[in-house]
Amino acid sequence: MSWTETLSTAWHAIRAHTMRSLLTVLGILIGIAAVILTVGLGLGTQKDVSEDISSLGSNLLIVTPGSSTDSSGVRGGFGSASTLTTADAEALGSDVAVPDVAAVTAEKESSQSLEAGDANWTTTVTGVTGDWLDVRSRELASGEFVGDGSTDEVVLGPETATELFGSTRVVGRTVSIAGTTFDVVGVLEAAGSSASTDLDDTAVVSMTAMTSGITGGADTSVSTIYLKATDTDAISAAYQEAQSLLLALHGATGADAADFTIDSQDSLVSTATSVYRTLTVLLAGVAGLSLLVGGIGVMNIMLVSVTERTREIGLRKALGAHPGAIRRQFLTEASILGVTGGLVGAGLGVLAAVTLPAVLDSSIVVSPVAVAGSLAVALAIGLVFGVYPAVRAARLAPIDALRSE
Amino acid sequence: MTAPGTAATVLEATAPMPSPVIDLRGARKTYRTGDLEFEALRGVDLRIERGEYVAIVGPSGSGKSTLMNVLGCLDTLTSGSYRIAGDDVDDMDETDLASVRNEQIGFVFQQFNLLPSLSALRNVELPLVYRGVAPAERRARATQALERVGLGDRTANRPGQLSGGQQQRVAVARALVGEPALVLADEPTGNLDSRSTADVLDLFDALHAHGRTIVLITHEHEVAERSRRVVRVLDGLITSDAPSGRAVAP
Repeated sequence: MSWTETLSTAWHAIRAHTMRSLLTVLGILIGIAAVILTVGLGLGTQKDVSEDISSLGSNLLIVTPGSSTDSSGVRGGFGSASTLTTADAEALGSDVAVPDVAAVTAEKESSQSLEAGDANWTTTVTGVTGDWLDVRSRELASGEFVGDGSTDEVVLGPETATELFGSTRVVGRTVSIAGTTFDVVGVLEAAGSSASTDLDDTAVVSMTAMTSGITGGADTSVSTIYLKATDTDAISAAYQEAQSLLLALHGATGADAADFTIDSQDSLVSTATSVYRTLTVLLAGVAGLSLLVGGIGVMNIMLVSVTERTREIGLRKALGAHPGAIRRQFLTEASILGVTGGLVGAGLGVLAAVTLPAVLDSSIVVSPVAVAGSLAVALAIGLVFGVYPAVRAARLAPIDALRSE
Repeated sequence: MTAPGTAATVLEATAPMPSPVIDLRGARKTYRTGDLEFEALRGVDLRIERGEYVAIVGPSGSGKSTLMNVLGCLDTLTSGSYRIAGDDVDDMDETDLASVRNEQIGFVFQQFNLLPSLSALRNVELPLVYRGVAPAERRARATQALERVGLGDRTANRPGQLSGGQQQRVAVARALVGEPALVLADEPTGNLDSRSTADVLDLFDALHAHGRTIVLITHEHEVAERSRRVVRVLDGLITSDAPSGRAVAP
């Protein structure tokens, strides 16, 4: 029996039970579409996050207080009192000690309530030193940046300005933060939101204003120090220089004793990526389970089909069908169910991946590998779950099969 | 594989005296269900030559159905030997048996056993499909076979659109299309009215006249009388084997 003959016979048998075949295909279809969508969503989020991090600038180093875990376990410092100070930031600005660092800025964040007339709005107030605009790749939409050492100047994010004044043309207005009155000297250009923070809802003041006026006391600790290397190739040199300088300043004897962490953009990307990759695998695993259930559906329907067509099988055998031909016929039927489900499922998955991002506000990346892979899986499911019913059909003794009612 | 020289010798030796279509010797068939044992055939010898028209008769439970299954290579013997058109089928596996059924035997069943979703033509083509005959040739031969049974104008009809007698004629066409050594009919008129029965039996007569070997299993006396030789089976044994009344008459 030729392949075209086998295919047309199988197609005929599937068409004979349209409803049943459609429901079986639906099981596979849902599974395949779910796999393509979840993998796409995972990859999309991964892409969003790494783009967010890349938007920080490709030659950025981020120094945070506390140490990374080392062989002796978790070191103290992280999340508790900050081990970085404004003095560290100043030292890192030295052209001699760290020649590969082009610009430095330190940030100290505090959540504060801002008041302007009757309006008030709670946002993150950031005290900054040095070349904040340059290092953080931000621009001003209007006005100018806060002066170094100024105590009554603030630059607002566009969202914050809108919340407080209903407009972004607010240079010259005043805002009260923690009882101190600040003049609005500038408004930031919109930058969108990153995975963790809203870059447009912020208020920037000088570090002096932050430590003296807002948080009070003579606390010179900072939340984060950002370093901009002279260029991308100088990243690792800048990393080495900054590390040895900070180790020396903090009196630490070696990298193991460091009470700070320096991350490059690359390491942030790879951390975030690995987190989302794990998430993607988990989600795809759940979707894969539904595919398995779909496969069991195929097996179920093929077993029903074999039982129902026992007499036909007996007749075909009496007319000279080899056991192999019967086996091939049922396997082909199961494969057609699987592949049809796969094709339609992949089509719907891709369609959803194209239309959903507009609704969901998160990108979905259709990976050709995932599409091709799930088609192969759909075919494999048809084959694997079709084997048992097909073998059963092929093993039927022709005489028993012919006698069945 | 035999060497070419030997093959030639064998051909010369067998050509003048062709092997019988059916050569059954000491056939025994025992069925076991748990502890119960039932001997359906208890030592049957049967030889049927080319061109014979034989009826096998017997009451139900006599073993004639078992005999028919064995003759049709649908079942194997517990002991004894069976050769069909010279092929020894005793040690064959299911694949080889399928080939023997395909090439040597044309079945006609009581229930017609046509596939309801296929046209008459496609039903008749089936044995050739499993033999691997090319589609064009298959169609031509199936059309020819349907014409021979008088259904040349019904090739596109499905079984459901045909009368019982017509369906059985399609089944006969299917049995003939592969040019088998043996046409094996199991109660072919059991589901037919008297008019269709006469049609089908006339058809068998015509096939016999063209030299076909026909073995027909029946419990109806009138049907058996249309054959040329009647073999009676009772309790798993052949009790008589004689020319039918019709065979002596002309």
